[in-house]
Amino acid sequence: MTTTAPPPTKPEPHRATGPVTRPGDRIFAGMARGSGIALLVVMAAIAAFLTVRAVHAISKDHGNFLTTFEWTPSLNPPVFGIAVLAYGTVVSAIIAMVIAVPIALGIALFITHYAPRRLGGPIAYVIDLLAAVPSIIYGLWGALFLVPHMRGLNLWLDDYLGWTVIFHKEDPNSAARSLFTVGILLAIMVLPIITNVSREVINQVPKMHQEAALALGATRWEVIRLSVLPFARSGIISASMLGLGRALGETMAVATVLSASPTLSAHILDPVGGTFSQNIVAKFGEADDFGRDALIASGLVLFLITLLVNGAARIIIQRRKEYSGANA
Amino acid sequence: MKLQRKSGLRALTVGAVAITGALVLSACGSDDNDSDNSSSPSTSSSASSSSTGGGTNALGITCADGKILSSGSTAQQNAIESWVKDYQQACSGATINYKASSSGEGIIDFNQGTDAFAGSDSPLKPEEVASSKKVCVGGQGINIPMVGGPIAIGYNLPGVDNLVLDASTLAKIFNGKITTWNDPAIAALNSGAKLPSTKIQSVHRQDDSGTTDNLTKYFKGAAPADWPYEHAKAWAAKGGQAAAQSSGVAALVKQTEGAIGYFELSYATANSIPTVKINTGASAPVEATTANASAGIASAKIVGTGSDLALDLGAAYTTKADNAYPIVLVTYEIACDKGNKADTLPLTKSFLNYIASDQGQQKLSDAGYAPLPPEIAAKVRTTIGSLA
Repeated sequence: MTTTAPPPTKPEPHRATGPVTRPGDRIFAGMARGSGIALLVVMAAIAAFLTVRAVHAISKDHGNFLTTFEWTPSLNPPVFGIAVLAYGTVVSAIIAMVIAVPIALGIALFITHYAPRRLGGPIAYVIDLLAAVPSIIYGLWGALFLVPHMRGLNLWLDDYLGWTVIFHKEDPNSAARSLFTVGILLAIMVLPIITNVSREVINQVPKMHQEAALALGATRWEVIRLSVLPFARSGIISASMLGLGRALGETMAVATVLSASPTLSAHILDPVGGTFSQNIVAKFGEADDFGRDALIASGLVLFLITLLVNGAARIIIQRRKEYSGANA
Repeated sequence: MKLQRKSGLRALTVGAVAITGALVLSACGSDDNDSDNSSSPSTSSSASSSSTGGGTNALGITCADGKILSSGSTAQQNAIESWVKDYQQACSGATINYKASSSGEGIIDFNQGTDAFAGSDSPLKPEEVASSKKVCVGGQGINIPMVGGPIAIGYNLPGVDNLVLDASTLAKIFNGKITTWNDPAIAALNSGAKLPSTKIQSVHRQDDSGTTDNLTKYFKGAAPADWPYEHAKAWAAKGGQAAAQSSGVAALVKQTEGAIGYFELSYATANSIPTVKINTGASAPVEATTANASAGIASAKIVGTGSDLALDLGAAYTTKADNAYPIVLVTYEIACDKGNKADTLPLTKSFLNYIASDQGQQKLSDAGYAPLPPEIAAKVRTTIGSLA
């Protein structure tokens, strides 16, 4: 609109020479800029706050912050470390992803390529509903229903896969309040995010590609393998990373289900371990000022891990840019 | 199209009529209820308004008006809530707000001057007393014992009804030194019971808690040889399973065969979990009841100086008196002995007076807490009367 020539009847023809700026433009530009700056300021303030408190706590830690198992900042001298928490956080998130990504992908492909239209809509809607359940409800369901019902599966895994060490269970009678159960619960919780984003990405795959594959005599599975998955791969990875972010930070569900203890164990069926956010919620209530600083330090590590995961996802997506929807 | 829309409209009108009808009917119903209810509070409020002049009303409360804030221990939350409800019903001009967060936070709030009183599972530490002097001008924060209670040891062992244990076996079980239910040490205390060879699943709190602190104080006091750790809010022993909050521990004990865990008595009653009887050396093993806990607390010694009534429960842990339950905790209200804020002092005093009265303390046993033993309660009332 700024480049069109003004009609001859307009009283101020010199306006046409430069871009027109009205008050609305200035206000909106200011608001947009302000929002952008505000975000940076808030992020910087959070980072500064976390760093100052965390450095204060870590400087007084009499254990090695990275390798100590115990979390006892109230002792004199204070000893605390994140080894168990970092391990538990990463392991439970990996279990969640191993379970959730294939299922989510399956659901997304079923909705887009296999299900009749009448069925696809309702299924997508039900998946959305899963995301609307508060995490404490998942936690209660996990602790009161899932844990008692995991017993059979645990015994089976211990019997047949116990030799892998990972699925060995120290005491077969102990309740299934383990990283494995937490992983399953997290998988259910991240399912809607991964499914929905994957579904959107798969919907973006150009119909021409798929029709071309069909014209070459490909079956439906071959169409998906040759044209849909390569095209949607980077989007599916992004979706998984979004889900992973939630799995890493999940608090209440983990705190309700996991039997936490300062023990680092390779046996994922044993009721031991802990995660960053679970530890924070368990220790925050009765912590004194120093204890809170120590918890903040652990929160900062979670922040860094999430940052690393997101960075890694970006790199993967960059590498596969040739397939991304933007180039189609 | 038009037809459809019309029928839609008709459906709407029918629905609307139905809803208005229901509303009108329910409004009538609730109106009735309201008039029923409003008649009784109006009489009581008139009674209380007459009593604000200095007299007492039917509940024996000398009312004071105003608004006070308080916060702290979740262990006494249910007790405080039921007291606040009764007090506010009797004294319409009073608002008491108790935020159940944690003992630590309650003390922080109190020492920052935001609380009229705080609730705490353990007495003030010396450094906390020191910083309370800034808030209590000319005085300091004092501990007023108020809500006692038994810590019940709940277990899940089908076929075993009257399990008896003592301090030493309990400490060994929770420390992982006794691992099966048919251990000779347990069998010796339960002659005649059919103990299975099931592994013991001991359950403790995952979050830091005053309940854990008090249980480990008991272990340290009654069986020091079998509990090598200091008492602490965080669970120190190795092994066992952890669950969040007392409700989580109770749920885990309930669903796991062979489990044993600790929680306030109300959780055992609510989930119908059997509790362990303690062999204290008395003529018979002692059951976890509120009355028995009161008897246990009676042997506690007051170690606070001046108006401070901090208790030492050491003697309660090792009591051999009949029907005195040894695993007890006492939570405190914390207030200034002198230098309470002038605008909140009357209501604070009046409310504390009510909850320390016989009538207030009697309400405790309904909620699974133990009323203070008479001698301590008398001293508590004197202290509250001297608050300034």
